[in-house]
Parts: sequence; structure tokens; C-alpha cells
Amino acid sequence: MPIRPILRALRHHRFTTALIVLEIALACAVLCNASFIVAGKLSLMHIRSGIDEPALAVVTLDNFERQRADDLNARVVNGLRKIDGMQSVDLVSGLPFLGAGGESVSPDREGKRGSYLTSFYFGDPGALPALGIALTAGRLPRDSDVVPDDATIVQSVITRSLADRLWPHANPLGKVLWCCHGTGGFQVIGVARELIQAMPRDDISVGNAIFTPQRSGPMLAGQYLLRADPARVNEVLRKARAAMATLAPDATVDDEHTGTLGDLRHRYFRSDQATADMLMGTMVALLAITALGIVGLTGYWVQQRRKQIGIRRAVGATRRDILRHFQIENFLIVGMGIALGVLLTYAFDVALMKFYELPHLPPAYLLVGAIVLWLLGQLAVLGPALRAAAVPPVVATRSV
Amino acid sequence: MFGYYLDLAWRSLKRTPVLTGLMVLAIGLGIGASMTMLTVLHVMTDDPMPGRSAHLYTPHLDPLPRDYKLRDGSPDPTDDMTWPDAMALLKAHRGVRQAAMSGGSLLLRPARADLRPFYVSGRYATTDFFALFGVPFEQGSGWSAADDAAGAQVVVLSETLARKLFGTGKAVGQTVRLGEHDFRVIGVTADWAPKPVFYDDQTGTQYSDADLFFLPLSVAVDEKLQVSGNRSGWVHGDDTSLTSANMTWLQFWVQLDTPAQVAAYRQYLVDYSAQQKALGRFQRPPTNAKLYSLMSWLAHENLVPGDVDLQLWLALGFLFVCLLNIVALLLAKFLRRSGAISVRRALGARRRDIFVQLGIESALIGVAGGVLGLAIAQLGLWSIRQRPDDYAKLAQMDMSMLLGTLGLAVLASVLAGLLPAWRACRVPPALQLKGG
Repeated sequence: MPIRPILRALRHHRFTTALIVLEIALACAVLCNASFIVAGKLSLMHIRSGIDEPALAVVTLDNFERQRADDLNARVVNGLRKIDGMQSVDLVSGLPFLGAGGESVSPDREGKRGSYLTSFYFGDPGALPALGIALTAGRLPRDSDVVPDDATIVQSVITRSLADRLWPHANPLGKVLWCCHGTGGFQVIGVARELIQAMPRDDISVGNAIFTPQRSGPMLAGQYLLRADPARVNEVLRKARAAMATLAPDATVDDEHTGTLGDLRHRYFRSDQATADMLMGTMVALLAITALGIVGLTGYWVQQRRKQIGIRRAVGATRRDILRHFQIENFLIVGMGIALGVLLTYAFDVALMKFYELPHLPPAYLLVGAIVLWLLGQLAVLGPALRAAAVPPVVATRSV
Repeated sequence: MFGYYLDLAWRSLKRTPVLTGLMVLAIGLGIGASMTMLTVLHVMTDDPMPGRSAHLYTPHLDPLPRDYKLRDGSPDPTDDMTWPDAMALLKAHRGVRQAAMSGGSLLLRPARADLRPFYVSGRYATTDFFALFGVPFEQGSGWSAADDAAGAQVVVLSETLARKLFGTGKAVGQTVRLGEHDFRVIGVTADWAPKPVFYDDQTGTQYSDADLFFLPLSVAVDEKLQVSGNRSGWVHGDDTSLTSANMTWLQFWVQLDTPAQVAAYRQYLVDYSAQQKALGRFQRPPTNAKLYSLMSWLAHENLVPGDVDLQLWLALGFLFVCLLNIVALLLAKFLRRSGAISVRRALGARRRDIFVQLGIESALIGVAGGVLGLAIAQLGLWSIRQRPDDYAKLAQMDMSMLLGTLGLAVLASVLAGLLPAWRACRVPPALQLKGG
């Protein structure tokens, strides 16, 4: 099929062709960038936490008197341990997807050798094994590692990735890292393979986290990590919640911070899910509108060229030739749109990177976007092209 | 003539229901998506204190050491003020009214047996707070400057909290136990909750928060009540008490009625900083002191999340694609009628008449698309209200946005129709008839 006559025919519809090309270019740019953002959200939502999520749940209490926290903790922990199916109950303060304290930490007391925003998790010494965290060096915290709340230096387990950032070429065990203008130090007793920061977002580097064992008291109260068989974790949590009315009548359950780790992850990413849904909805609508535009315009072209099609048929063109003409025409138009779209996509990408600090768009998105648009174009043109192919040669002999 | 053109447009649209439906759908989707996001942006950047915001200013000093470096992801300490500076500005009394304030959250133990203790968030402020922001009172009033000085344990409740604690009965004169102290209720504010809570420290929930109680700042400092928000100190090992000169935690607002007062206050801030520098307390240039108006402070804080911005741009891009689509479809539709147009031209219609006729036809599509867009936007806003975000509950359309939607739809479709109509009205008279 020669392309020259098709291009020449298009030159008669320069303006409408330009409009469709522009529309496809814009669609391409929006499609590629939006799907890149969606992919980013999806990968963030499925980020690995390093903890044994399916087996874990947390109950958080609220509105209790911190001065009498010890008594409350003892009642709740002992009561919850009696629940059938419960493997362990530990005091925690802060968990991934639930939130935790965060501060910048440095390898030196003055904070001159770099600072890294880090999540601080606290819990009784048993909480770390309950979370299912494996160590790559050092040891798990013991009861003897717990120091008084007002101690300047505490014994802690830090993550491998934080250790690598703080001391790239040295053994972190026994070293002290500092936070809060040198008022608090953390001595490393163990290195965890993986433990995500409490609020996984782009603004804290992935895996900057510290776990510090602490004793039950006003600073560590009201949050309980439950561990059970993954198949029974929902049931155990339900029983635990029900038990709270008798175990802790002087407190209320904080629903927002209570649930299985699966619930917490889901809740934490609700907003990202909503944004991803919205972006995907817009992409589908955009593709639909673009396709409908192609259908409408090609339909018009077919009708306008009925006579010419008739003539071509009369001088020997087959139905297949006519079909091919419109299909190739569409392929060319979409191709021009994509060519322009590539430029637009990168212009959008640069703007997005500048204002929203998104990473660079990988070229694979452009390739997929181009294929999707080409397929869409072919699909949209099929109906009008078949109608064109059905024009009988006898039309050529009619005056209208 | 208008009626006739309207009739012509209606007939023409009826003749091609599929194409017309397509165009209405395209306009509707484009307008619906962009108006949803424009409405969200509108409510988020709306003036939280209409009529009053023009006179409200917030001064910001720079007490940081010269070599202080802002850490990544940490809040800027100069967003807030230290206790000594706030007290100095308060005493200087250079504005019409001024108040220092900070947020706080306290455990409330209700006297009623059927209510469990619960945490409430509210505001510690100095006496002018109520007059400065024009807080309306339902019962009683705020406290006096003497109460501030004496650290009187008095509290003003919001209507919501007062109703929860005391039902419909009189709240003033009652006692409320907040934290470890008893406070005498001296006033109940009427429903008052500016959105966003512009005077709050930036915590990311200014659109859903509301203050439930107000009590004197001096009490909070004397009794070391729990303070929420950022407390940024910059001296290693310095005391972290609230009265420290090396830690910022207070917000300060001042009322200035005339441009002369604004200029004078700005100068006062520079003079104050210069004086502090001379005393050796400040190290940075006195011209670092800034005075923001309410709206420029909101712009500086930039409360609109990146996601909202991004979605707005996406929606506008979507609208643009829809418009391009409509231009192409209208062109096809108008030029398809070249025959009829040239007959009208041959019968004496001027180009202008054809142009107006086709313009009315595009506007009609715009009206239909606008109505559809309004429905889609309502659906979009409903879905945004279901979202967990801080601003979600505010996503409601007001009258101006409603009319704006219809206006934008008509404007967009008329704009989209301009080129096709111009092309169509250049169809030469009668020539088309011959060609058939």
C-alpha cells in the first residue's frame, strides 16, 4: 500500500488532522505521566515493611491516666495473654503504618557529619522478636538493656540501611548515634535486616528506623502488639477488643490506631489508593474520549469521501484496499500524535520533576503508551473504515 | 432572530443525536473533572476570615544563630516565635490588637458520670485573641489582661464542647477539669471554626481541626501544660522550658488597619531585631524580620497538598483534550452542512448571520454539557468527601462555583465552536449547490 496518496489526501484535511494529532499528543503525555504516577503509588502501597505483617495486630488505648500506666499495662498484658490463640502480647510505642516519633540522627554528637530523619520505635524487649525481625549482626535486646527513661544513652537495634548511611565502612556494633541536638544517644547492640520507617513516604529515606527497648511506664503504655497465627489474627483481635471493656474500663480503645497490620497498611495508604483510582479513572475517560473523537472524525471523512471511494472501487480497488487506506491513514495520524506526544511527555515530566519531585519517567512508559494509542486508534477507526469499505462502486456514477 | 437560530440549532442537533451526544459527553466529562478539582482548590485557598483577613498580619523574627542550617524535612524554627520575643511584641503594643497563642491538647475529666475522660484540643492565648479574630460569644466573654497577668484558671469553651459537657444548660460559672487543674468557664463561643485554622502551627490537619477550648497562655506556661505543634530549639543542651529564649513555639498575630500602620509595624520589627542584635541575642541581619498578611502567610505555608495540585493540572489537561475533540467534531458537523449553509448564503444571509447561528449551536451544546458537567462534578466531589484526607469534608460547591461551572462549559464550547464556525461561514454561496 503506497503511503504517498494517503498523505496527499490528508493534506486536504490539514486542520482537522492537526487537531487529532494534537489531541493524541496530549493524550499520550497525560497517559504516560499519569500511569507513571499510578505505578509509583502502587509500588509505595506494596512496600516491604520487614515485619511479619500477616501475624500481627495492634490495640491502642486512649484517654487513660499516664501516671497509673504500669497498673494498666500489667492488667491488659496479662489479660490479653489468656486469650485463646494469642501467641504473644508486647508493649510497643509506634509501629510501621501507625506512626512513631521521628527525629534527625547523626553519627556525631554535634550533628556535623550528616543528619538522617529516622523513625523511633519503642517497646518491651520482646517486641522485636514478636515483630518477626531478623538481625544481621549483634543481638536482640534483653531485659538488662532497658535503661531508665531519663538516661542519656540507650541501647538500641538499628536497621542495616541506617547503619550503612551513618557508618558506610565501619562495623556499627557498639557505636553511638545522636539525636535532638546531642541530648540523646543510641548505642547499637544489633542490626536489623529490614524495618521500614513508620510513615513510608518520599521524605524519609527508606528503612531509617531505630528500635529501643523500654520499661512499662508513662512513656510506654496503652499500645499492645498482638501476635497470633495468621489465620486467626482477626479472631484474636476481635476477642482482644472485646476483653478491653473488662481489662481496662478506665481507658477507651482508639479505633483509628487499632487493627491488624493489614488494616493499618490499608488505612495508611487510603489516600494514595484514592489518588491512584482517580488517575486511572481519568486515563480511561481520556482514552474513551480520544477514541470517540477518532470515530466521529473518521466517520465524517468517510461520508465526505464516499464519491471518491466509489471511484476508486470502480477503477479496481478492492474492499480491502479501502479498509487499508483508512487504517494506514489512522496509523500515520496516531504516529504523528505520538511523535509530538513524546516531546510533550518529556516537557510534562520535567515540570513534574521540578514541582513534585517525582523521579524521571522511564522510556518504557512511552513505548507502552505508544502501543496503547496505536491499538486504540486502530480499534476506533475499524467501524468507519468498514463502512467505507462497504461503499459500492456504483456510487461513482451518481451525482450526489 | 435569536429564537429562530435556537430553533435551527435544536433541529440540527436532533438530526445527529450520536455526534451531539458525543460532544455533550466530552464537554460534560472535561468540565466535570476540572470543576471538581477547581472546587477543591477553591475551598482550600479560600479566605478563612472574610472581611477581617485584610487587617490581620503575622510577624516573624529570625533569632537563629548565623550558622544554623535547616535540616531536611524539619520545620523552619522562624515560622514560630520564642516566648521572650512574643512577650516583648505584646508589651510594645504597636498594633491595634495583638495576641500570642499556641495549640494544646488536654485530658478532660467530665463531672458527668456517663462521660468517660477524653482528650480535647484547644488554644492557649492572650486576652486579645477573641477581639483580634472576632470570635463570637454565645454566653459570657473572654478573659481580661488582668487574668492573663494573674494566670487565672479560666476557660472559654466552644459551643460543641459546652453542649457535650453541660447539655443545653448554662455553662458559664461551671467548672471543667482539664489535665490536673480545675478551670472556671467564663464564656462559650458561638460556632466558630475558620478553615483552614490559619493561626495554627503547620501540622497538616488545619482543614479538619477546630479549637474546642481556649485558656490563658500564662496558665499554660506556669502549669507546664502540654503544648502541641513544633517546638524548635537550636542550642545544644539548652533548657527546653517554654520560656526559653532559644526555642520557638508560639504563633503571633496582630491587627493593623491602615497601610501606614503596616509600614510602621514592619519598621518596628526591624528596629526590634536590630536592638536584639545589639544586645547580642540575635545574630542574623535585622531585615530578616518579616510581616506577612493572612493570605500571603497561607501562600507561604502552602497548605495545598501536591496531590491536589497535580490532579488539578491533570483535570485541566483532560478538559483541553475534550475541547480539542469538540473542535474536531464541530468542524466535521458544520462542514457537513456546507450545502445548507450555501443555500442560506445564496438567499441573502450574511457571513455574520451564519457565524452567529453556528455560535448559538455550540453554546447550546455547552449548556447541555454544563448541566452534565455539574452532575459529574457533584459526583466527583462526593467521591472526594469519602476520602480520608484532611480537606475532604470541605469539598462542597458554593453558588459561585456552580455558576462558574455552567459559565466555563458555555465559554469552552463557544470557544471550541469559533474556528469551525468561521470556517463554515466562509463557504461560498451557491457554489456548493452546483457541486452537490
